[in-house]
Amino acid sequence: MKFAVIVFPGSNCDRDLLWAVKEISKQDAEYVRHDATSLAGYDGVLLPGGFSYGDYLRCGAIARFSAIMPEVIRFAAEGKPVFGTCNGFQILTEAGLLPGVLKKNESLKFVCKTVKLKVTNAATNFTSQYKQGEEIFLPIAHGEGNYYCDAATLAKLKKNNQIVFTYEDENPNGSLENIAGIINERGNVLGMMPHPERAVEELLGSASGIKFFQSMVENYRKVTSNG
Amino acid sequence: MYEVKVYVMYKESILDPQGEAVKSAIHRLGYDEIQEVRMGKYFEMKVTKKEKSFIEKRIEEICDRLLANVTMESYQYEIMEAR
Repeated sequence: MKFAVIVFPGSNCDRDLLWAVKEISKQDAEYVRHDATSLAGYDGVLLPGGFSYGDYLRCGAIARFSAIMPEVIRFAAEGKPVFGTCNGFQILTEAGLLPGVLKKNESLKFVCKTVKLKVTNAATNFTSQYKQGEEIFLPIAHGEGNYYCDAATLAKLKKNNQIVFTYEDENPNGSLENIAGIINERGNVLGMMPHPERAVEELLGSASGIKFFQSMVENYRKVTSNG
Repeated sequence: MYEVKVYVMYKESILDPQGEAVKSAIHRLGYDEIQEVRMGKYFEMKVTKKEKSFIEKRIEEICDRLLANVTMESYQYEIMEAR
């Protein structure tokens, strides 16, 4: 499987993502710049965390209009996997690929720590290696991770099992219903505030994130071997 | 030339934590009569003069696409003759 890690001006988790899929999951991966206009030859797209365009205006609001984004939107429309973490999640909501919005943390503070999460949907192409309801530990590092959507959207998310990760024990940012990560209705675009790519080595505190990328790779294998 | 002013605010239904923090600071300074503070964004633009209805349409497009996230924000704008 060949991954594209999109690099925006101000991205700062692009190397972590490349490391996770290349060195840990042993897949092909390349950086693709924000001003590129093609994703030909890639099987998965990863939108990194960071502070694209300095978080000016709103997080992700300017990155969403980068030259590469129409191509990311087209890629997603083909049903291919797109994953955004942290600022990547914010970009996906701004681009309309995922519903809702990430508001400023309720505490108004930037929160940087490892949190406990629950895998509330282990039947997705991003979480199939986890057990349903499994509790995992992933780092978060954000000032705007307070997920919000209107009541109709929330009802839809619940009905379609689109809430994939929730915060357990403690909600670090005030997000609606403890939401940490959601998937689109079709099941090929996932966004989450926590960083699975920063949890791929026990030596560095947690390896809970490995199964995330393994799930992506396994499901890609299934799709391609079925022709 | 026109001068356009755009105001982007959180919708009424959205809690504005920054506004709340500013309100508590105002109260700490002793201005107890301040009951509510909401914080937003303000933009000034200089715009080439064309038919006003066309400019209105363009400004609304810019607000919907970029300046406001209509999931949580609403906007108002004023179009004035530049001095």
